[in-house]
Amino acid sequence: MCGMKGRVLIVDDDTALAEMLGIVLRNEGFDPTVVTRGDEVLAAFHEVKPDLVLLDLMLPGKDGIDVCKEIRLESGVPIVMLTAKSDTVDVVVGLESGADDYVVKPFKPKELVARVRARLRRSDDPKPESLSIGDLDIDIAGHAVRRDGETIPLTPLEFDLLACLARRPWQVFTREELLEKVWGYRHAADTRLVNVHVQRLRSKVERDPEHPEIVVTVRGVGYKAGPA
Amino acid sequence: MSTGTGPEAPGLRWRLLGALTAVGRSTVRVLGRVTAVWQRSIQLRVVTATLALSLAVVVLLGASLLRQVADGLLDSQREAAVADATAGINTAQLQLDAADDAEPAAVGQLLTQLVQDLVNRAGPGGLYDVVLVGSDDGDPSAARSTRVSRGVDPASVPTALREAVVAEPRVFSTYTEIVYPDDDVRPGLAVGGQIAAPVGGLYEIYYLFPLTEQQQTLDLVRRALATAGLLLVLLLGAIAGLVTRQVVTPVRLAARIAERFAAGRLEERMTVRGRDDFARLATSFNQMAGSLQRQITQLEDLSRVQQRFASDVSHELRTPLTTVRMAADVLHEARADFDPAVRRSAELLQDQLDRFEALLTDLLEISRFDAGAAALETETADLRDIVLGVVESALPVAQRTGAGLLTDLPETPCTADVDTRRVERVLRNLVVNAVEHGEGRDVRVSVRADEDAVAVCVRDHGVGLKPGESSLVFHRFWRADPARARTTGGTGLGLSIALEDTRLHGGWLQAWGEPGQGSQFRLTLPRRAGAEVTRSPLPLAPVRPAEDRGLTGVGGPYRRLAASAEPPTRTDGAPAPARPGVGRG
Repeated sequence: MCGMKGRVLIVDDDTALAEMLGIVLRNEGFDPTVVTRGDEVLAAFHEVKPDLVLLDLMLPGKDGIDVCKEIRLESGVPIVMLTAKSDTVDVVVGLESGADDYVVKPFKPKELVARVRARLRRSDDPKPESLSIGDLDIDIAGHAVRRDGETIPLTPLEFDLLACLARRPWQVFTREELLEKVWGYRHAADTRLVNVHVQRLRSKVERDPEHPEIVVTVRGVGYKAGPA
Repeated sequence: MSTGTGPEAPGLRWRLLGALTAVGRSTVRVLGRVTAVWQRSIQLRVVTATLALSLAVVVLLGASLLRQVADGLLDSQREAAVADATAGINTAQLQLDAADDAEPAAVGQLLTQLVQDLVNRAGPGGLYDVVLVGSDDGDPSAARSTRVSRGVDPASVPTALREAVVAEPRVFSTYTEIVYPDDDVRPGLAVGGQIAAPVGGLYEIYYLFPLTEQQQTLDLVRRALATAGLLLVLLLGAIAGLVTRQVVTPVRLAARIAERFAAGRLEERMTVRGRDDFARLATSFNQMAGSLQRQITQLEDLSRVQQRFASDVSHELRTPLTTVRMAADVLHEARADFDPAVRRSAELLQDQLDRFEALLTDLLEISRFDAGAAALETETADLRDIVLGVVESALPVAQRTGAGLLTDLPETPCTADVDTRRVERVLRNLVVNAVEHGEGRDVRVSVRADEDAVAVCVRDHGVGLKPGESSLVFHRFWRADPARARTTGGTGLGLSIALEDTRLHGGWLQAWGEPGQGSQFRLTLPRRAGAEVTRSPLPLAPVRPAEDRGLTGVGGPYRRLAASAEPPTRTDGAPAPARPGVGRG
C-alpha cells in the first residue's frame, strides 16, 4: 500500500500515547518512529527522513512551536500538530509557525488516520503545467513559484493553495471548497486552517501583504486569484 | 360651520391653531426643563425659598414700620393743628362778641378782617389758611358770604366735616386735599368749628393746614425702606446660597467619587478632613470601598485560579484519554476476532468513551463560562446558511428515527454579527434534541429577521414539556424523563451550554411545550454586536395552522405535503447553493 510514502515521525512526550499512535499507524500500514523530547527531534528528522511529522506542542527540551519552525526551515514535509488546546490563539500560532493542519486531543483515531492519508496523498504525480498569477510564474511539475526568475520557497500545501487559485483565476473559492480541494477534507473542518494559510502565503508571495494582489479576498465569500 | 369669508379663512385658522400649538408645546418644554433643574439642585431650592420667605418678612416689617412712622408724624401734627385752630376760633369768637355792631355790612367787613387776622397770626410763613363759611339756612353748600385766605378753594373743606361742624359746637378735624390757586392740589388737614356772629347767625371757620412736608418725609421713608428691604432680601439670598454651597459641595464631591468607584476604579477614596459629619461620611465610604475592593480582587483571583485549574485539568485529562481512545479503537476494530463477551465489552468500551469524551468537552466549556473566560468571536453571517449547515449535518440522526427535517427560510437575508461556531453549536443542540424527542415526527426549523433581531425556531411534535419545565429544561444535568437519559446519550449540559452561548451574544433562548403537543425552542439574537434583544421576530408559542391539528404519526397528511421541501441529501461537503422555502400546498 504505502511503500515510499509511509514514514511518520511521531513527536509526543506522553510515552503511552506515542506508543498507541505507533500501534494504530502500523496497523494502517505506515512506518512510525517515536521521539519524546523536543531537543531530539531534529536529529531523528535527519535520520529517519519521514514523509509526515505528527508534532505535539507541549514538549520537554524544546517547545513544539520552535521545533516546527526548525523543521520548516529545512523542509516542506507535511506537519500535523497534535494539541490539547483548541483556542484560536494557540491554533493560529501553530499554523503560522509552519504546520499544515492540527488535530485536537482527544481525537478519533480514524480521523487522524484520514488526515494523515490526505496530507500524504497530496504529493502525487503532477501534470506538467505552467500557470501565472500577477507577476508570478507557477511551475506545477517542478513545484516551484518564481518571480522575475527568483524562486520563492513554499511548502507543498501553500503551493497547492496557490495552484488551486491560479488554475481557475475567474472563480471565487469559498473556504469550504478550498478545504476540500487543497486539504482534501470533505466534512466540517475548521476554516481557520484556510485563513491562516492564506496569511502565510501572502506573507511569502505578496509584494505588500497588507494590500494583496495575488490572493484576493472576496468579502463574505472567500478567496480568488488576482488579475494577471 | 361659519359662513366662509373666503378660501383664506380656514387657512388662517389652521395657521393660528398651529401657532398656538407651537407656543403651547414650547412652553411645556421650557417648563419641563425648569422642573428638571429645580428637582436636581438643592442649592436652587434653598436659595429660592430663602428669597421668598425673606421677601415676605421684609414686606410685612416694612409695611408696619411705615404705618408707625406715618401715624407718629401725623398725630403730633394733628394735635398741634387742633390746638392752634381751637385757640384761633376762640379768639375769633371773642372778637365777634366784643363787636356790638348789628349792621350786616359791618359784620361782613369784620368777618373778612377776622379771616385776615387769623391768617396773620401764623406769621409770615403762611402755615395755614382760613375759610369762613356762612351756614344760616343750614345748607352747607351755600357759598353765601364765604371768605377765604389767599384764594384757597372752599371746596377743599369736605362735606362730611361741614356737616359735623354744623351739627355740634365742637372742633372737628379731618384729612383732605387742599386746592390752591392754579390748581395746586396738596394733601392737608382741615380743622373747623362754629362761631356765632352777632348778626347773621352761625358761621363756620375752617383752618386748612398743608401737610406737604409730612408727605415728603413719608415718601422718603418709604423709598428708604424699599431699597433697604430689597438689598436685605438679595443679601439673604446670597448668604443662603453660600451656606448651602458649603454643604452641597462635599456632597457633590462624594457623589462623583462614588460614581468613579462604581465605574470600576476601585482605588478611589474620599479625602478625610477634620472630624465633622462629612469626615464621618468619607471615612465610612472609604471603609466600604476598601472592603469591596478586597472582595472583588479576591473573586477575580479565584476566577483566574479556577479557569487555570479547569484548563490544566482538561489538558491533563486529554492525553490519557486519547491513548485510551486509540486503544479502545484498536480493540473495536479487531472485535470480530474476539469471543462474544469480549466483543461486547469492546463495543461498550467504545460507546462509553464517546460519552465520556463528550462530557469532558462540555464540562470544560461550562467551566469556561463560569469563570467568565468565554470569548465571543463575531463575524457577519447569514443565519439561513448556518441553519442549512446544521440541518444537513443532522440528517443522519434524523434518518435513524425516520423524522423529516423541514426548513422555513425567508427570501431576504438574515445576517447578524455572531460567533458562528457557538451559534452552530446551539442550533445543532436544538435540532438534535428535537429529533431525539420528536418521536419520529417531523422537525421544522424556521428563521425570521426584523430590523434589530433574528430568530430561529425549532419545532417538534414529540412528548412536549409539562408546565413549568420550559425553564427547568435549561438547568444543568436536568432530564425530562430520567429513564430516557441513559438511552439517547447526551451529556445533560447541552442546553445549559446553549443558554450560555446565547447569553454571550446578548440574546434569548426560550422553550415552549405542552404535553403531547410537542415543543418549540426559540433562539433570538441581536443583529448588531453588543445590542440587546427587546422583541423577537417569531412568536414563542407556535401558531396552530389547521393542518397542524390531528397529527397522529409518521405518514400523516402534513408530512407528505411538506416532504418536497426537504433539503436534498448531500454526500459531499459543498454548501447548498439554493435556499428552499416551505412548500405549503
